[in-house]
Amino acid sequence: MDTRVDRYSLVTSLENIVGKDAVFTRAADLLVYEYDGSVDGAVETAMPAAVALPTTAQQVADIVLLARRANLPVVARGAGTGLSGGAVPQQGGIIIGLTRMNRILEIDRDDRTALVEPGVINLELSEATIPHRFFFAPDPSSQKACTIGGNVAENSGGPHCLKYGVTSNHILGLEVVLPDGRIVWTGGRAAGISGYDLTGAMVGSEGMLGIVTKALVRLTPMPEATLVLLAPFADIDSASHATTRIISAGIVPAALEMMDNLTIQAVEPAYHAGYPMDAGAVLLIEIDGIADDVRGTGEEIATICAEAGATEVRSATSQAERDLLWKGRKMALGAMGRLAPNYYLHDTVVPRSKLPATLRRVDEISRDFDLPIANVFHAGDGNLHPLMLFDRRIAGSTERVLEASKEIITYCVEVGGALSGEHGIGTEKSGYMTMVYTADDLAAMAGLKNSFDPAGMFNPDKIFPKGYMCGEVRALRMQAMAQKLGIHAL
Amino acid sequence: MAVAADTDANLLRLGGFSGKDIPEDDLLRACVHCGMCLPACPTYRLTGQEMSSPRGRLWLMRAVADDRLDLLDPLFDEQMYQCLNCRACEAVCPSGVHYGPLVEASRAQLEQHRPRSLSDRVVRRIGLDWLFADSWRLRWIVNLLRLSQRSGLTVLARKMGILKALGMADLEALTPAISRRALVPGNERWDADLSISPPRRARLFNGCVMGTVFANTNRAAARVMARNGSDVDVPVAQLCCGALHVHAGMMEEARVLARTNIDAFASSGDDPIVVTAAGCGAALKEYGYILKDDPAYAESARTFSARIRDFTEYLGERDLVPPTRTIRRQVTYQEPCHLVHAQRISRQPRDLMNAISGLELIEMKESSLCCGSAGIYNIVRPDMANELGDRKALHAMETTASEVITANPGCQMQVGASLRRNGSTAKVRHIADLLDEAYGGAKTKRSVIGNSAQHATR
Repeated sequence: MDTRVDRYSLVTSLENIVGKDAVFTRAADLLVYEYDGSVDGAVETAMPAAVALPTTAQQVADIVLLARRANLPVVARGAGTGLSGGAVPQQGGIIIGLTRMNRILEIDRDDRTALVEPGVINLELSEATIPHRFFFAPDPSSQKACTIGGNVAENSGGPHCLKYGVTSNHILGLEVVLPDGRIVWTGGRAAGISGYDLTGAMVGSEGMLGIVTKALVRLTPMPEATLVLLAPFADIDSASHATTRIISAGIVPAALEMMDNLTIQAVEPAYHAGYPMDAGAVLLIEIDGIADDVRGTGEEIATICAEAGATEVRSATSQAERDLLWKGRKMALGAMGRLAPNYYLHDTVVPRSKLPATLRRVDEISRDFDLPIANVFHAGDGNLHPLMLFDRRIAGSTERVLEASKEIITYCVEVGGALSGEHGIGTEKSGYMTMVYTADDLAAMAGLKNSFDPAGMFNPDKIFPKGYMCGEVRALRMQAMAQKLGIHAL
Repeated sequence: MAVAADTDANLLRLGGFSGKDIPEDDLLRACVHCGMCLPACPTYRLTGQEMSSPRGRLWLMRAVADDRLDLLDPLFDEQMYQCLNCRACEAVCPSGVHYGPLVEASRAQLEQHRPRSLSDRVVRRIGLDWLFADSWRLRWIVNLLRLSQRSGLTVLARKMGILKALGMADLEALTPAISRRALVPGNERWDADLSISPPRRARLFNGCVMGTVFANTNRAAARVMARNGSDVDVPVAQLCCGALHVHAGMMEEARVLARTNIDAFASSGDDPIVVTAAGCGAALKEYGYILKDDPAYAESARTFSARIRDFTEYLGERDLVPPTRTIRRQVTYQEPCHLVHAQRISRQPRDLMNAISGLELIEMKESSLCCGSAGIYNIVRPDMANELGDRKALHAMETTASEVITANPGCQMQVGASLRRNGSTAKVRHIADLLDEAYGGAKTKRSVIGNSAQHATR
């Protein structure tokens, strides 16, 4: 393999593949590709050597082959809204921006599928399918901007994933460019998988196994009826209790979200969604399905909430009322600016039964670190979003926030939780991986990575703890892996 | 990595912002680069490249502020001016970043520090400084334009290819039918329909293009307001609002105009000042901001800005007198950026249209995406403007509406030209003209003060 490609020939080769207007190599241009949506301080920025914006799978494959010859890492990037540093090129290399591959190729009403390019915006896919009475169910809060390719890479979630499942439940097949430049298809239209579930391996792989160039996604029929309930409680404890009771009663709401008092203080003055300002917490519950069922389930939930101490249960049936109640939730992060200039959140997941205790611990940490923490999260599946509010202009505040988040993560893991519900690991949380996985567990993951990308050129430095996959260590580790020894030394 | 080697060396060259109108650091750092602005940005939609997004541009500004990027780097210049300043990003920003003032300050920085060619300077001096500093100059030029339109001179020039040779073909395509008589401040007044109580008093902000090219639209707006119980007059001594200057980074020139306008309206108490051009309205509402460091005017500028109402906003403040005529027509609405994004006015124009019996409002796709007009953007950057214009025209044509309604002269010209280019015969009209038609047109009493015929051409 030719290991050196000089800068000039890199630029010309890239231009030959994608055209002059789709290649950026000037320093000034590269500046804007050094970040993604992650919080400053939690993820280090890093500049690529070049950015290419291909329009076909073949171009992606050609870039990958060129990068191999030049011995450069490759980082795929969608809209760059990720929160874990997934699109930041820690080791430089070539960023493959998929924003120009943004066509919806086909909407199949009979099979309820859509074939899309990776740069299609999440919400715009639903907007295109709603006239056919279908929608794409995963609805991350960034859905107005984030892309399907990014959703696949991070296995994104969203409020409605409680009932409908996260992205992995909605991907039927993928066209993928592998690190060796081959273009392959995983999965397909028919139910059932023959052989290994490579689609499953790709979804959530954070761009480390392959680059998605087409996705065959499942479309979900629009429900006949939708009801949104708002239940205020005096404190978080009783709201968490109600949550547990709803789920254990066997009810599957479309969404079950909690907002604590601090969140209400930020949101209500901004959007006038109708959340009582004096409530300790509110639950926002959406039920959908057949009209009769929705009504019955709504009553059942209302009863449970009342028993658990809800001060009232308000229901919204019209689209306008529902939108208003949801607006407060969906725009909650933005409204935090009213309380503090910066926020940092983690999206750890705990078993639902541990919610009350976890929220109490978060409250303790908030007091210990003298750091306001607002809780607005997917209560139904125990996916926390503790928002630490701070002002990064104050020296040491970012460090304090990072310390506090470590405390929160540690506790969540102790009670049997996961590091991330929907934001991915990236570089942001890679350091925590050894908290949830043993060396053997990680080695099994590394084995998968190695079988696709033995040279470690696709999105290096992500998921695995720092140093685990890079440079000379890689060679050592591969040797050690064979003997199943060296891993403990790392 | 050999390939990435020269990046940092290139970046360490020259300094950042200095002098007057430095992008405010606090505003700049409010951006947490979440990326929610991306899909709202027209230039990002067209290019899919990060540097053409609001987030990318803010990052570039930050890089200049942090001495990581030279102010005079061609990319910085290119991006600050590729931006349409449509402010769609502001309306969707969860962190409430004030993007408009930041890009305007960045342009002001470039204006101060960038060497410009002589021809460029002459064009800008004549175009933005001389022409707008006195209202008669513009009226005079517009009259010349109208004469050439009327006399068939323009048609002849087009047929002979002279316009193309002069690089003025795009410009000519944009020129609308010009009102016969300019509206001269102080010369005309409209009396309130006395059956509506309590009566109100409104002062019309005439504007440069609205008061000349679209003078009849201003008259229509005044008639509609009068029909809704407002006395309307047009205070003398007012000039261009300065929006074009602010957008071009010519802040000092804009401030001179702002002070003149504040003085011109000072004697009219706290009467609302009604504006028929969304671009002007947005700029006038920001006088408080651009004059905040001027001790003599800071306070009066704030008061002035608080009096500004868009025409549709003003009518929306009270119950509308039901329009008398039925108009059986399908229309669609193109939202001016500086109305929907900069002023966040979106409901009122639709309410007004829905109040007209028989009228059917069919929404077009992406009604709030910039049409490419953006002040003088379509003249200086026709490539990107045409692409946006085509996109707008196709969306409008898809509705099959026979009229596209808007509320800003720039949009009116740009959308009109784009529709014609795409073979559509749909008309583009200002919402004031539509409403005026619904009230029966030019029957409302207008008082002509002084010898208007003489003033009109002066």
